[in-house]
Amino acid sequence: MSRLISFVLNASTVTFDVPAGRPLLDVIRGDADLKGTKHACREGDCGSCVVLVGEPTGGAVRYRAVTSCLMPVAAASGCHIITIEGLDPGRIGPLQRPFVDEGASQCGFCTPGFLVSLAGHLLNCTTWDVGPAFNSLAGNICRCTGYASIQRATARILGTLRHRVDLDEPRFAALVREGFLPSVLRGARALALGLEPSTDTHGVDRPVAGGTDLYVQRPDDFSFADVALVPTRRGGIRIEGGEIVFAGSATAEDMKRSRELAAELGDMTGAMDLMGSLPIRERATIAGNFVNASPIGDMTAMFMALDAELELVGDGGRRALPLRSFYLGYKNLDLRPGELIDSIRIKRRPGLLFNFEKVSKRTHLDIASVNTAAALRLENGVIVEAGLSAGGVAPVPLALVGTEALLIGRSPDAETAWAAAHSAAAEAKPIDDVRGSAVYKRLLLRQLVLAHFQVIFGLADELVEVPA
Amino acid sequence: MSSPDLEAHVRGTSRYIDDMADPAGMLHAAAVTSPSPHAELRAIDAAPARALPGVVAVLTAADIPGLNQIGGIIQDEELFATSTVHFIGQPVAVVVAETFHQARLGARACVLDLEELTAIFDAREAAAAGELITASRTLDTGDVDAAWADCDVVVEGRADTAGQEHLYLETQAALAIPEEGGRIKVWSSTQAPTAVQRITARVLGLPMNLVEVEVTRLGGAFGGKEDQATPWAVMAALAAQRTGRPVRLTLNRHEDMVCTGKRHPYSSDFKLGLKNDGAIVAYEVHLWQNAGAAADLSPAILERSLFHATGAYFVPNARIHAASCRTNLIPFTAFRGFGAPQAMFVMEAAIDRAAEVMGLSRSEIQAKNLLSEGDEFPYGMRVKRSRARRSFNEAAGRFDLAAVENEIAEHNATHAVVKRGAAAMPVCFGISFTNAVLNQAGALVHVYTDGSVNVSTGAIEMGQGVNAKILAVASAALGVPRERIRIENTTTRTIANTSPTAASSGADLNGSAAGLACRAIADRLRSVAAERLDTPFDRLSIADGVVLADGEPTGLEWNELVWNAYTKRVNLSAHAHYATPGIWYDKETEQGEPFAYHVFGTAILEVTVDCLRGTSTVDRVRMVHDGGRSLAPAVDLGQLEGGLVQGLGWMTMEELVFHQGRNLSDTLSTYKIPDLLGTPVIEGHFLDDADNPKAVMQSKAIGEPPFMYGIGVYFALLDALRAFRPDRKGVYDAPLTPEKALMFLHGDR
Repeated sequence: MSRLISFVLNASTVTFDVPAGRPLLDVIRGDADLKGTKHACREGDCGSCVVLVGEPTGGAVRYRAVTSCLMPVAAASGCHIITIEGLDPGRIGPLQRPFVDEGASQCGFCTPGFLVSLAGHLLNCTTWDVGPAFNSLAGNICRCTGYASIQRATARILGTLRHRVDLDEPRFAALVREGFLPSVLRGARALALGLEPSTDTHGVDRPVAGGTDLYVQRPDDFSFADVALVPTRRGGIRIEGGEIVFAGSATAEDMKRSRELAAELGDMTGAMDLMGSLPIRERATIAGNFVNASPIGDMTAMFMALDAELELVGDGGRRALPLRSFYLGYKNLDLRPGELIDSIRIKRRPGLLFNFEKVSKRTHLDIASVNTAAALRLENGVIVEAGLSAGGVAPVPLALVGTEALLIGRSPDAETAWAAAHSAAAEAKPIDDVRGSAVYKRLLLRQLVLAHFQVIFGLADELVEVPA
Repeated sequence: MSSPDLEAHVRGTSRYIDDMADPAGMLHAAAVTSPSPHAELRAIDAAPARALPGVVAVLTAADIPGLNQIGGIIQDEELFATSTVHFIGQPVAVVVAETFHQARLGARACVLDLEELTAIFDAREAAAAGELITASRTLDTGDVDAAWADCDVVVEGRADTAGQEHLYLETQAALAIPEEGGRIKVWSSTQAPTAVQRITARVLGLPMNLVEVEVTRLGGAFGGKEDQATPWAVMAALAAQRTGRPVRLTLNRHEDMVCTGKRHPYSSDFKLGLKNDGAIVAYEVHLWQNAGAAADLSPAILERSLFHATGAYFVPNARIHAASCRTNLIPFTAFRGFGAPQAMFVMEAAIDRAAEVMGLSRSEIQAKNLLSEGDEFPYGMRVKRSRARRSFNEAAGRFDLAAVENEIAEHNATHAVVKRGAAAMPVCFGISFTNAVLNQAGALVHVYTDGSVNVSTGAIEMGQGVNAKILAVASAALGVPRERIRIENTTTRTIANTSPTAASSGADLNGSAAGLACRAIADRLRSVAAERLDTPFDRLSIADGVVLADGEPTGLEWNELVWNAYTKRVNLSAHAHYATPGIWYDKETEQGEPFAYHVFGTAILEVTVDCLRGTSTVDRVRMVHDGGRSLAPAVDLGQLEGGLVQGLGWMTMEELVFHQGRNLSDTLSTYKIPDLLGTPVIEGHFLDDADNPKAVMQSKAIGEPPFMYGIGVYFALLDALRAFRPDRKGVYDAPLTPEKALMFLHGDR
């Protein structure tokens, strides 16, 4: 079953009669015959297929870098999609020149993805410093250059813009003025402002929100079919009385950028850099991370330590369920047919101390061997509230309830840290797999619980020696 | 001078095979592969696949008109398994269908009747069972047995390195088009178009002149498309021949990771003897190469391991045993360094163990034993223009190695949780194919009547910048600006009997051939100019498109000269052939001069380990590299940096995990390569005054050597770990993942 789907592609409006679930990548390379966007992994791990998705909202268009291999084309409906061809000024422009001069491209296969990601950063950045720019390129893999030349080229571009573009002026127009975006895109952006992003959520039985896991796990079930979009980023993150309320469809990047959340739980927003990459975070939703039911979901571990409550909506109405009760077994959820996670609530607790730890083979854009989150609150120098979770050590995301109980009433010293670390390791039931041996994961959890005390309470050297 | 491809890359206009427009009537192919590491293949039931919509054909060995044999060095590998499957991912048939997806569904629908057989996955076990690809080899120099008595210290140990996935961004791809008269045109993402042509002809039962293989560029290769591109191209060609329609075969990432060969895992036992002052007296090593289920390039890779077993050091008494062991894993293959990194890791491990036992610093032992001019390698060649000591000393001086080591010692004495480490890594790498036959290349140059130039060679551009280097050579030899010259696609129709673009030799061989052809044309043009200007030939030269007499412009320009030559019926085309002189090797005596020259350099690597979490960062890598006189400095810097980072990945996060023959690290979410945020501060310096009369325009090959700088990171990490656990001895089992680090730090308590 196919549908007519319209969007602005680079400079002009296009309409395709295609299955709604077809990956945007395949529409770009196949139906639109634009071959500059590459495919190299189809699991969002290489960035070769990154495009910009400009979504018109309130008279503006916000451009996000996304991996087009994991995005159903229906989600592009009414948006402005920019590919490497759209960034091509027909010559070597100021965006491209430093990449040529620095040799920041060798075989060239990853290059379009890097340039599109970088363009996305230039459209959104709030500083011309290199750090955030490098972060925005964490989802792009290059096997040839070793990245040093890409870093140099990026630094040169930022150095140029620092002197030429005021951070406060309208960015899109400024980048067009400076030649970093072809001027033809200005008109295309205006076209997009006249479009309505699709809000169709009815009539089919395959709901897709971010798709960042569905399209990895079950591409054949979605790529050739009609799908129902669960609109992402509706509702966002807000404070409601004594609670922080997250829309289930809020993305990981929404969490990272949320001022409300940063004010309440700054350590939580800070931890989001360890989750996925920017193009993944722009699409991956909180609810998706939960229903994916991976025993190692990063957001799941965070929300579990915070003892979040889910609000589920389905044909049978609304019901509330603690996240801790959501996981019945490996990939088995207390989720009824047709039910979606509408929102997630956590209690506001002034003085709550939060930390998230994750160890993986690669620090960024990797799945953890073990992750763990801690949410602790002290009164009069003793722990009065303790939330502690762990991922990768059981068939389900684990709330370390025994260790939580142990912590109550104790002072946050090295002795407590070691007691908690040993207790957590004892609660873990890891298995051997590609992310590590069971022995390692248990040991790692012990060390990461110690790390919570290092980060939250500033303990350090005391944690080195194993107490007798 | 950057690669001429770059301007297309950054605009998104570079075309790879999967970007080429589908020819009319094109079909897609997908391989049916073995799910078993070792089994008797009793039957293939293709009926369920044939019944699926879109499936046009299922081809097995029975459909091969020629030989069902794709082996190169040894003919021991079937295109489609017949009676036995030897590894998971081994092709048994190919399904041809209207769409990519239908071909995959068809491949999944085929039913294999398999009877499981005992499988071997470990190289040492295979050797014990007599499962060798070829006879083991031993290099023997000096008198090792007698030398142990002269040693003050003798250390022994075991060292292992895991395999490595190439992870070229462009997966294996081919597009085969049947043409008139039974001719087949194959577009292949291969480093070895002649190998694809030869084996396609063999399998399809055609003479080689009816098979053309053409390559525009590769989206990365690193050795992974030297032999491993062949079966996919041959399958596409076979399917095109059988169906009469164009056929595209592009692997998806998962298929590519499961079915294609990677860097060989090695296991080794070493024994190193030294004097108290750190001078190496004797070294004996056993190298067990896990070759996988077929020879592929393993014997050649083993040979390079033999030649590089003593690293950048002079070892007067050495005995190097090497065995290529047949196991039920994918046939392992070429990967940047080609067996040298595995052997050099063992040597560094031995030095590390000696340093540990003797209480010396590792760099002290390294520095003491570096190759000096005239030192003899175990394979009998004497080193010439050795820059081992020069590059080590320059690195140690420029980067103040002593100060770095002191600073780290001070840091470690005052920090309980976070430890640092540093290592020096000297590299010596021999340049030339060790199989002397392959050290030849051809070039064909045309100058058109408007003065523009086409240069064709056998070199494959895969991001390493060989086209930029050939362009530099052609521009200098003809005396015309680079903008006038185009480096052509590589095709077997234009340049025949090419060697693979491999062994770092692409620019050396093809650049030399291109230079010869260009000079032949330039000489003819100078003769024309001599007549026209009435000036002796010897006084004329051409530079930057202008004819000079005694270095002064004559007013005669390139375009006019070319037209003038054409009107005088002078040949404006030239073909040239280059063969590296003076190289030979006798496998009977294991002595010879296998290399035209050696490349040298030293890296200083610094790391930090979080000893609470077992995680680490590579902070800084600084290198002094012997790059000769670079033909393209930007390209060489890119090779230096990129090679290093691949080596860092091999030593740290890139963990190829097999379980019962199954690759568990078969996706990008389970096999991690370095990313931008993990890249250390990198500083690359090239030696000044580094001539090299053995290669074109005094340049030096650079593709592979920098990879081995990455080996140093293992030992830097080990130092940091031992700073936390001074009671523990070094272990040599790469990669040093966060898991191994944490187990070292805390696994026993």
